[in-house]
Amino acid sequence: MSVVRSPIRDRGSYLWFLVPGGLLLLAVILVPFGMNVGISFTEWSGAGAPEWIGLDNYVRLMSDATFWASFRHNVGLVVAMAVLPTLAGLVIAAALFDFVGKHFGSRHAAVLRACIYLPQVLPIAVAGIVWSWILAPQGGALNEVLRAVGLDSLAQNWLGDPDLALWTVMGVMLWVQVGYPVVIFMAGMQRVDPSLHEAAELDGASWWGRFWHVTVPQIRPEIFVVLLTCTIAALKVFAPIYVLTRGGPGGSTNVPSYYSFQNFFEKTQVGYGAAIATVLTVLILVLATVFLRVQNRGER
Amino acid sequence: MRRHAVLWSMILLAAAMLVPFVIVALNAVKTPVEYSTGGPLDLPDGVSLDGIIAFWERVDFGEKLWNSVVISGSVAVLAVVVSVFNAYALGIGRVRGRLWILVVFLIANTLPQEALVYPLYFLANEVGLYDTKLAVIIIFTVIQAAFGTYLLTSTLGGFPRELLEAARIDGANKWQTLVRIVVPISRPTLGVLFVFFFIWTWNEFFLPLVLLISNENQTVPVALGVLQGQRMMDATMTSASALLGVIPAIVFFLIFQRALTRGITAGAVK
Repeated sequence: MSVVRSPIRDRGSYLWFLVPGGLLLLAVILVPFGMNVGISFTEWSGAGAPEWIGLDNYVRLMSDATFWASFRHNVGLVVAMAVLPTLAGLVIAAALFDFVGKHFGSRHAAVLRACIYLPQVLPIAVAGIVWSWILAPQGGALNEVLRAVGLDSLAQNWLGDPDLALWTVMGVMLWVQVGYPVVIFMAGMQRVDPSLHEAAELDGASWWGRFWHVTVPQIRPEIFVVLLTCTIAALKVFAPIYVLTRGGPGGSTNVPSYYSFQNFFEKTQVGYGAAIATVLTVLILVLATVFLRVQNRGER
Repeated sequence: MRRHAVLWSMILLAAAMLVPFVIVALNAVKTPVEYSTGGPLDLPDGVSLDGIIAFWERVDFGEKLWNSVVISGSVAVLAVVVSVFNAYALGIGRVRGRLWILVVFLIANTLPQEALVYPLYFLANEVGLYDTKLAVIIIFTVIQAAFGTYLLTSTLGGFPRELLEAARIDGANKWQTLVRIVVPISRPTLGVLFVFFFIWTWNEFFLPLVLLISNENQTVPVALGVLQGQRMMDATMTSASALLGVIPAIVFFLIFQRALTRGITAGAVK
């Protein structure tokens, strides 16, 4: 970013173009976020004057079992929305790109890719409705299929069983998420110099060998982007929980975002909800910073 | 042989991904009687639009579609405009401290909406914008433009300097340069951003759920999500509602697929 002897002199007047965007950012993001941090130091029902209680909300969080459980559930969702889609996405993208695209034409690969990507364009709330209907214990399509093929014992109350609900939600989120890495990785594979593959093939490398030693290292930037954006998306997840389980049964699928929502609008413990949201924000920002640091180091 | 094994496993996978869509479509065109006798897996005897019509009228779905179009369309246009202004100052104007300004925009885009929702709800009430489409439009314009600013600044950073210089020599001021040179040349990128902003806003759930409380302001996902939560629909009506939620998404997908694929790639690699 060298700015030496830029031909454009009066740089100051460009600042005018930043004014509308800057003011909007201030009013809609920066000030509200500051207010949220401020509210987290108070006890407030949303009406009347907030009462300053310092760090009490955060102290309470430390010993709140629901809060810790909600983060454990979040870890499960990171696995289902970031780790597994990345691994599956790598294999699927390579299969589509190396096999289907090369031997059967890129048209076929594109059609298959579109099918896998389709759940991504659905509003997540609608995806939740589709699945909660399929997974309904009585008359839901999944249990009907299991009964039709004689596997009655496998029919479950998928979203209503506290031991099972989180796994079910994870499965649904895997379905939602997997198309995103496939599309991004396939785009990245187009960037890889084919001569690298040819050289490895001449050296007698198997397909798996080339996959691990050529493809994966070459598309590392894409893998980083996918892992970062998917992890953040998993930490923020709200709509599927709201539509599928409302955090239940018995809090077994509660996540921080839904827990803060409950405190804001159902329990009217606004200060406590703000503290949860602040912790979630700090976690996300720390994670993003670490990711970007690691990525930058990898590139050097 | 192995090629065919891979091809067929990919076809199976793609088909499995589509199964939920097919089941929803099948059951949305059944009558409740057919459903209760044959269950969700039997093929429908014919196409019955009763469930869809009943659901459409019950939630006034046309109104919800219109709300979603108005909100997503306005946000997409306004967020592109704001992104262009910001990126013009940061990418081409290279104002002082631009790196830090960009970091602020990036952070704004990463913040969870949970950390903004209560103050936004409170402030919207204070200024009389609670439960209005305008509040949602303003908020998502800013959220989407934060991403747009980031993406567009890196694009405009590589804008050909000769063109800017030529425009300056011809006597164009900064505003004219922006409107007559920068915007027309960046049109493909702006188109991708527009598509993204539209779809992203269409799919938003959390903030619209909190801010749009009355029926006549709700968007498609919010109306469907709230109804689902009330558990007051029978099975055919639920699948009809799911189908009506799916159809616009598939329509956008087909219309915008090229721009979409191009756009995803644009965001992925710097």
